[in-house]
Amino acid sequence: MNKQRLFLFIPLAIFVLLGVLFWRGLSLDPNEMPSALLNKPVPVFELPVIPAPENPQGLITANQEMLKGKVSLLNVWATWCLPCKQELPFFNTLKAQGIQIYGINYKDDNAEAQRWLSEFHNPFVFSVLDADGRLGVNLGVFGYPETYVVDKQGVIRYKHIGEMDAQIWEKTIKPIFDSLN
Amino acid sequence: MALDFVQLAPEMGQFALILSLCLSAALFVLPLVGAHYGSNVLMQSGRSLATGFFIFVTFAFCCLVYSFLHDDFSVKYVASNSNSLLPYYYKISAVWGGHEGSLLLWIFMLAGWTFAVAIFSRSLPLDMQARVLAVMGFVAVGFLSFILFTSNPFDRILPIPPQDGGDLNPLLQDIGLIIHPPVLYMGYVGFSVVFAFAIAALLTGRLDSAWARWSRPWAIMAWGFLSVGIALGSWWAYYELGWGGWWFWDPVENASFLPWLVGTALIHSLAVTEKRSLFKSWTLLLAIFTFSLSLLGTFLVRSGVLTSVHAFANDPERGVFILAFFLLVVGGSLTLFALRAPVVKGSAGFNLLSRETFLLGNNILLTIIMIMVLIGTLYPLVADALSLGKISVGPPYFNLFFLPLMGLLCLLMAFGPLSNWKRTSGMQFVKLLWKPWAISLAIGLIFPLVYRDKYEILAALTVFIASWIATALLADLFYRLRNSDSFLAGLRKLSLSYFAMLVAHAGIAATTLGVGLTSIYTEQRDVRMEVGQKVTVVEYDFILNKLTHIDGPNYTAEEALITVMKDGKFLREMKPQKRRYLASGSTMTEVSLDVSLMRDLYVAMGEPLTETAWAMRVHLKPFVRWIWLGALMMGFGAVLAVADKRYRKAIKQESPVVEVAVGKLVNE
Repeated sequence: MNKQRLFLFIPLAIFVLLGVLFWRGLSLDPNEMPSALLNKPVPVFELPVIPAPENPQGLITANQEMLKGKVSLLNVWATWCLPCKQELPFFNTLKAQGIQIYGINYKDDNAEAQRWLSEFHNPFVFSVLDADGRLGVNLGVFGYPETYVVDKQGVIRYKHIGEMDAQIWEKTIKPIFDSLN
Repeated sequence: MALDFVQLAPEMGQFALILSLCLSAALFVLPLVGAHYGSNVLMQSGRSLATGFFIFVTFAFCCLVYSFLHDDFSVKYVASNSNSLLPYYYKISAVWGGHEGSLLLWIFMLAGWTFAVAIFSRSLPLDMQARVLAVMGFVAVGFLSFILFTSNPFDRILPIPPQDGGDLNPLLQDIGLIIHPPVLYMGYVGFSVVFAFAIAALLTGRLDSAWARWSRPWAIMAWGFLSVGIALGSWWAYYELGWGGWWFWDPVENASFLPWLVGTALIHSLAVTEKRSLFKSWTLLLAIFTFSLSLLGTFLVRSGVLTSVHAFANDPERGVFILAFFLLVVGGSLTLFALRAPVVKGSAGFNLLSRETFLLGNNILLTIIMIMVLIGTLYPLVADALSLGKISVGPPYFNLFFLPLMGLLCLLMAFGPLSNWKRTSGMQFVKLLWKPWAISLAIGLIFPLVYRDKYEILAALTVFIASWIATALLADLFYRLRNSDSFLAGLRKLSLSYFAMLVAHAGIAATTLGVGLTSIYTEQRDVRMEVGQKVTVVEYDFILNKLTHIDGPNYTAEEALITVMKDGKFLREMKPQKRRYLASGSTMTEVSLDVSLMRDLYVAMGEPLTETAWAMRVHLKPFVRWIWLGALMMGFGAVLAVADKRYRKAIKQESPVVEVAVGKLVNE
């Protein structure tokens, strides 16, 4: 085969390369939304806590250090987000099982959020007020609600986008949660 | 209970599809075997099989249309895309409103093009014709198995069919969407013919001027359809989406634009291959790429892979089939290309200043533009595959490279028609082009002064480029007429394909002008309007007179009555609507337009703010019509080129050659 013919293989080579990339891109699992922060610590924050009777006594602001110690869930919610409201009862059953859930109130109105928490049974240990959405951006939030599994060292181990319910909990999140304990 | 045709139409349609799959499989195999062993009977079977394939697919398509017209909601596809309240013309267009039906439309078009090849290629050497039809048969086998095994439009919901259908997406209930997909698909599928010619050439090794001359009209026709199809899509987006934009660089648009870019390169490269027997491998490669990108466009748009990479994984059966077929077609043809494409021998016989060079420049620029658009379109996908995160690529990226490169292409475009094959003297260009250059420079510099108070340097550039193309075409025309007795007598001597070039190139000038001036001079006001309030846009006043409630056939609407005054004098009334469709509950913006060649007035209703106030979009869009006018001119140019009698004449001259070719094969 002469040299010039080798050049004619270039288009084929490029195509094969593209094909491999395509194959990888297409075979990704649709439900597995990669989080930029997977296996990285929760970003640093220092935010006001939404007043609620269930909060630990005297807590005014909270930071990422307070999530450490126990495997926990971190839930991003807002009063304007309908599914967030629908998943609240399920979070309350989790709370009853002794699971710690922390809330991030994302781009919301403080007064409205307070009313919400008192009206629909507050499942959270506490919720921080992320009024300008800075923490949300650092977490890479792009759907609401989002729920993160955070291990004892405060490292994010899993991210679930969308409403949480018993089925999702039992099938995917509980195994991860238990393995970290 | 007696079964009548209404009830059986879907089964008959499905049966017809199965039969056409069998026929297309035969069409793929028999002529190819015949061509290999030199069997005349087998080679000639191609034409009959192609005809049969066409008849059965047409029948299947009619069955689906019939089910739609008769509201047979036991057919799942009908139930999810139609509704008994739809007017009959939307019921017909609903046939290609979803994935399954548009796939059937694609196959219907493919059958039509295959049939056309069977009719118009009688004069081709028999083995060539057999191979071309066989490749078309192969493509048909792929698509028919895809539709039958994964996306059957005739699937039933039995035993309890729904009472009424889920309705056609209101966005698609529109004249633009009735004609846009068929025209676009005609373009996409048309390139399968050129692809088939390219593969046949690779198989036989017969890659000469005659081959290029056979392929050219098909390529030009497909290109014309694609041009008009893209323009229709842009026009539709403009008046239907309610944002006032006409091109968004979104993946769906890019998917149709990619084959157009390579297709444009292809029709120019084919000219060189025909006239000068050069760029042969390059032409083949472009033919393969054009069809591959058409396939990519069809698949990606319909599978939703571009909006979300994960669309495939949600429906693995379709995804794997599509990918496998695509890999087979593109990988197979590129392998064939690598093994069989002619290797360039010796140096090319043309000077730096020659038509060959300019057409090569055209090809290189178009290919670069295509690659940049492709990268912009696929980069988010690739980034996701490599875990670089989720990224979307926006208009700034596309405009950054597209505008300068396209500008350069347009500047060079003026030289192409004026140059000679092999060599042109620089003096010739100076002699012929100094006047167009001076005139268009003057027009360009003066236009912004006259048109608006503020001088826009980019507008000057746009007008200069557009008039440069146009005046250079005129200069070329006059140069060609220099020796004729009268203007008319001279015109009559020029060939149709020359006029085709003039019209299509002028179309590019018109589109350039439209794109540039609309982007620069659009005035838009997104405002809150109370009843009785006035909004002023340049010399136009828009007054909101009243808001009314309207009941349509399958929707309810709020309508605003707006009086438009020009320089204080009454011009017309405009009635934009905000519709709510009953079956699906979705809302739609009906834009109200005042159309003219020099400007469009565009009024769309946004959101209701109070009982008597709405958010309104009021736009003044200068020269926006020129964008689509230009595309229509390109389409018309394509028709003229194909109608040129030289293709018919050439066929007659070649008839004896055909006999010789066949005879030789038989003797082997």
